[in-house]
Amino acid sequence: MTTHHPVTDAVSASREVNPLVKALSLEARPQRPGPVATSLAFAHRALLKIKHVPEQLFDVTLTPIIFTLMFTYLFGGAIAGSTQQYLQYLLPGILVQTVLITTVYTGFTLNTDITKGVFDRFRSLPIWRPAPIAGALLGDTVRYVIASAVTVTLGLILGYRPGGGVLGVLAGIGLLVVFAFALSWAFTILGLVMRTPNAVMGTSMMVLMPLTFASNIFVDPSTMPRWLQTWVDINPVSHLVTAVRGTMGGTVTASQLLWVLVAAASLTAVFAPITMAIYRRRS
Amino acid sequence: MTNDHAVEARGLVKHFKTTKAVDGVDLVVPTGTVLGLLGPNGAGKTTTVRMLATLLRPDAGTARVMGHDVVAEADAVRRIVGLTGQFASVDEDLTGEENLRLIARLYGFSGAQARSRTAELLEAFELAEAGGRQVKTYSGGMRRRIDLAASMVISPSVLFLDEPTTGLDPRSRGQVWEIVRLLVADGTTVLLTTQYLDEADQLAHRICVIDHGKVIAEGTPAQLKRSVGTGALSLRVEDPVDRATAAEVVARVLGTPVELSGDVASLAARIPDDDDAPQRAAALLPELQAAGVRVAEFSLGQPSLDEVFLALTGQRTAEETEQEEVAS
Repeated sequence: MTTHHPVTDAVSASREVNPLVKALSLEARPQRPGPVATSLAFAHRALLKIKHVPEQLFDVTLTPIIFTLMFTYLFGGAIAGSTQQYLQYLLPGILVQTVLITTVYTGFTLNTDITKGVFDRFRSLPIWRPAPIAGALLGDTVRYVIASAVTVTLGLILGYRPGGGVLGVLAGIGLLVVFAFALSWAFTILGLVMRTPNAVMGTSMMVLMPLTFASNIFVDPSTMPRWLQTWVDINPVSHLVTAVRGTMGGTVTASQLLWVLVAAASLTAVFAPITMAIYRRRS
Repeated sequence: MTNDHAVEARGLVKHFKTTKAVDGVDLVVPTGTVLGLLGPNGAGKTTTVRMLATLLRPDAGTARVMGHDVVAEADAVRRIVGLTGQFASVDEDLTGEENLRLIARLYGFSGAQARSRTAELLEAFELAEAGGRQVKTYSGGMRRRIDLAASMVISPSVLFLDEPTTGLDPRSRGQVWEIVRLLVADGTTVLLTTQYLDEADQLAHRICVIDHGKVIAEGTPAQLKRSVGTGALSLRVEDPVDRATAAEVVARVLGTPVELSGDVASLAARIPDDDDAPQRAAALLPELQAAGVRVAEFSLGQPSLDEVFLALTGQRTAEETEQEEVAS
């Protein structure tokens, strides 16, 4: 363009004084950060969101409180003879259920980002591609820890006495968080392919409800009909509950632990690449 | 070819299931200029920009930004473009400051650098006071400014603005225009999509009119408007008795037929296409006064996008050759 443009000519007169011009003419191009730094920046964003929208922690904290109280006092006597005895059995299970349900938020948040256009801003940046998702998952583990802390604290108040002590409880929570991190890769797939955040929520719950209820979370499967027992035995949630229960109770076996770790590794190995493939091709 | 043209697209195609959102778009944006991509909703503007900004992979065709292929060298493109629009937004739950800092960190600024760059941008975009508030509390104009600031964290060589003023009040609109002008004065190349002819007219060196995924006309704002007609005059006299006199004066001065509208005191006329028509239209007021007509309302309207559009799409099948002349 050789011709003068009235607009740009008029503006050039005011260039020196304008703070906008100064801010816009930045020459520096910093070095591109590595995968870890980038993911941590996104994890930090997830934490900021918890800080600004504490409401999202309500169901994370209220659900376990309601479930624990309801099951302990309503059914505890009938199921285990006494509420106190039942609580020892129930609490690790409730903990697992609470954290697994919290994983749904990962897909929900991701889908919200997509529908609001935030996600495309990130995709337009020259960053390590998996970082927005990996970072969000990292940030979500903080949510899992908060949910766990609430559940365990309530349990202790009601009379839950873990045989594994402090270390056992911490190890149990750690095991659960690792598994939840792996499982949330499955929900990121839903987050990427579904149309609305609420659809993600609904579908995820439809998957999680049978998984958590048809398991050994609430009752000993030996009282169930044979066909249901068969299902409960293959339900991965049952294996997770057994391992967490064992860890917190101080009776965990190596094979129980190994099962959870292998399951977590397999979930990540299967779902993370699928998530990333969909993420890359989302166009 | 590389750096004379900041953006260069050839035969871009993108299909969504059954619809051809973009159907063979060719575009060239010379470095340091503004190209306005003008068209109605669903014309394929946003899809085109998304492909250029590496967010969508074209089904066919090629595009280069500062010489980098948008598919093969997507990362190199991302390093030098900025993006603002309905589809590249900031996080409403976070504060303006947190949003900018996050983006600065993602570009590789250290903690302290990110903080000072953020403060500088908030200041420049007049958001310093609002920086600590969640973006969801921002007004429409502030919202657009924070979106703009987010795409300026590094100074981009090419900026894509997708309908930057849609839904804004006139004052905020003016502010956004001012920002774009400053950027261009500073050497940034801008590709802007808009539904408003006056916006394209105000900001763009060249305009591409796009409809149904195809570029249907291209030229400078003046060329484009000339192809449609400069606009329309509408006039209302205080006393209906004077309307006939007024019509006579308008017809004589403008040299175009006058239309008497339903209202007994109003009339309208098309402004002819020749270069001194605006001057003659301006001379109407004293002429009317000299003829003893008291004018109640006098307005000159630019052709609306609707009119440009109607004219262009109307010609499309019948006079394709003429259009190609406008394009060349």
